[in-house]
Amino acid sequence: MNHASLARPGGMRSRQSLILSKRASRTQRLAALAGELVLLLITCSSVLAVLFIFYFIAADAIPFFHSRGFREFFTSTQWYPSAQQPAFGSLAMFFGSFLVTSGAALVAVPLGVFAAVCLSDILPFALRQVVKPVIEILAAIPSVAFGFFALVIFAPVLQQSGGPLLALGGWLVGVPVGLLLLVAADQWIGRMLGQARRPTVRLLLVGLLAAGLAGALWLLHQRLYHMQISSGANALNVSVILGIMALPTVVSVSEDALQAVGRELREGSYALGATRAETLLKVVLPAASSGIAAAVILGVMRAIGETMVVWMASGNAAQIPSPWYNLLEPVRTLTATIAGDMGEADHVTGSARYHVLFAMALCLLVISFALNMVSELAVRRARRKLRGE
Amino acid sequence: MRLSSGWLAAIAWAALSVAGTAEETKIVIDGSTTVGPIAKQFAQYYMEQHKGVNITVSESGSGNGAKSLINKACDIADMSRFMKDEEFKAAVDAGVMPVAHVVAVDGIAIVVHPGNPVKNLTVQQVREIYTGQITDWSQVGGPSTKIVKVSRDTNSGTYETFESLVMNKQKIVADTEYVGSNGAVRSRIQTTPAAIGYIGLGFVDRTVKALDIEGVTADADTVASGKYAVARPLFMFTNGYPKLGTHLHALVTLHLSKKGQEIIESIGFVPVTKY
Repeated sequence: MNHASLARPGGMRSRQSLILSKRASRTQRLAALAGELVLLLITCSSVLAVLFIFYFIAADAIPFFHSRGFREFFTSTQWYPSAQQPAFGSLAMFFGSFLVTSGAALVAVPLGVFAAVCLSDILPFALRQVVKPVIEILAAIPSVAFGFFALVIFAPVLQQSGGPLLALGGWLVGVPVGLLLLVAADQWIGRMLGQARRPTVRLLLVGLLAAGLAGALWLLHQRLYHMQISSGANALNVSVILGIMALPTVVSVSEDALQAVGRELREGSYALGATRAETLLKVVLPAASSGIAAAVILGVMRAIGETMVVWMASGNAAQIPSPWYNLLEPVRTLTATIAGDMGEADHVTGSARYHVLFAMALCLLVISFALNMVSELAVRRARRKLRGE
Repeated sequence: MRLSSGWLAAIAWAALSVAGTAEETKIVIDGSTTVGPIAKQFAQYYMEQHKGVNITVSESGSGNGAKSLINKACDIADMSRFMKDEEFKAAVDAGVMPVAHVVAVDGIAIVVHPGNPVKNLTVQQVREIYTGQITDWSQVGGPSTKIVKVSRDTNSGTYETFESLVMNKQKIVADTEYVGSNGAVRSRIQTTPAAIGYIGLGFVDRTVKALDIEGVTADADTVASGKYAVARPLFMFTNGYPKLGTHLHALVTLHLSKKGQEIIESIGFVPVTKY
């Protein structure tokens, strides 16, 4: 019923010279115009929604900057919104968001890109048809379920056997990264040696590097294995969970980018005598790099905007960990602060404590807007590149 | 024509019914976020029992509750502290005579993991833990592990109570973890051996251990009698004692009934009655 009525204007128009009278064609044209108008309105409404969100958040954020200025908000780590002399330093929250997001990227990007390469170029087609939907199911799990898992299961596990887990994680991250480094170093050494073409020297250098990396990984393992985690609600916990949450985005968008590279380039590469590894690393990945960059940015945006998991499991301590890269300390993110402090009390009074949350929301909005632009640019560049311009 | 006369009749009827009962049916409650949940539950219960009574409850803080009462903008001011001298004076100057009704007592238990050997702390020690002066359990007679401090989020009533009764205007140190509910504090404590936290007395169960404070066990009796240090009465203030038999009177004495006691216990406060 619906489909039929929707499909009519276009379909009829193409045949109108055959069967329709002039009058009928006018009503047809009017109907088509009306349909287009409705569609335009619907499109505009979502654009308008974005503008309205920007406007209303800014409208509630500006009073804060008016009354308290920019300096405290961006440079102080003193967050005591309910004290007699309230302090609204949000630097710790900006840093917390940054730390947790980078941690999530560290988990999601290598895993996601590897998985995407595996899906698009290595796994047989039938297996891929099974694996990809399973990865995409991760995106369908509600974030509160992830948060519950992080708080009730993952945090105690981290407390009980944090050291061995950390060591395992070290290997999981270290080995692929080390391999990539080796490949890159091999390329670089090859280029540096250039005309000389002495495979033994090259092999020796790469071998030395590999041994060094393995040693470094072993040292890391030793250090991590004996670590004690006093509280499982920390930046590491949230980073891992957010990384897993961002994984489907990264996998699916970068897999699309890899697919978009197409058969021609791959077959061209094989025809020139390149192996599959060379084809992947030197042809397919570089050709898809902009698309992969877009995938990474989208994944990062997912992590930055996530609220429930961080509110439940990051510990929400408004501090910059010492040292700053210490993922085992509790941190507080912008999103969790907005969600946690949006009490009913402040709506009535409209105090600085209320407006500071909008100031944070505005900053988040600006950040994700900027990231979105960058990813849009990356995708556009990828398309142009693949068209061979 | 027929339609419009029907509308007119309806409007006239509505206007009459509003005018006839306007004095009694609308009760406005404003004030503390700690007392707010009690007021909300009372209001909900009371409105179910008495159709046509309209009670609105806002939570804008004790200070704003007092202000509303003084400005005659509300009928009941919820307050988690007694009125200050200035507020009392302003009220009397405005022709308002504040009368306090203690509806419940708010006790906060300091809880640790059941495996923690520490049994007793002083208020001073709890404060020093939360200000970061005491950082290791060995400093208060426990094992040598770093203390993990857990607090309620800053806009909860429990936080407010803890801040005023324990912290004594000192700031909680920045590496304290914040969680969103009493239940979440409890789950953090029961899974973290080195943790300390605080929850409303009604939320203590066997999965966590409530510490003695200054040698006094935290239970309903010690809280109600005032022996336990981290406790305070919760007030509803009215302008004069409400006329007996009015809805307002029934509402501010609801805590004395059996149902009122059940409601107060269900939110986690200590009632003033024992049925």
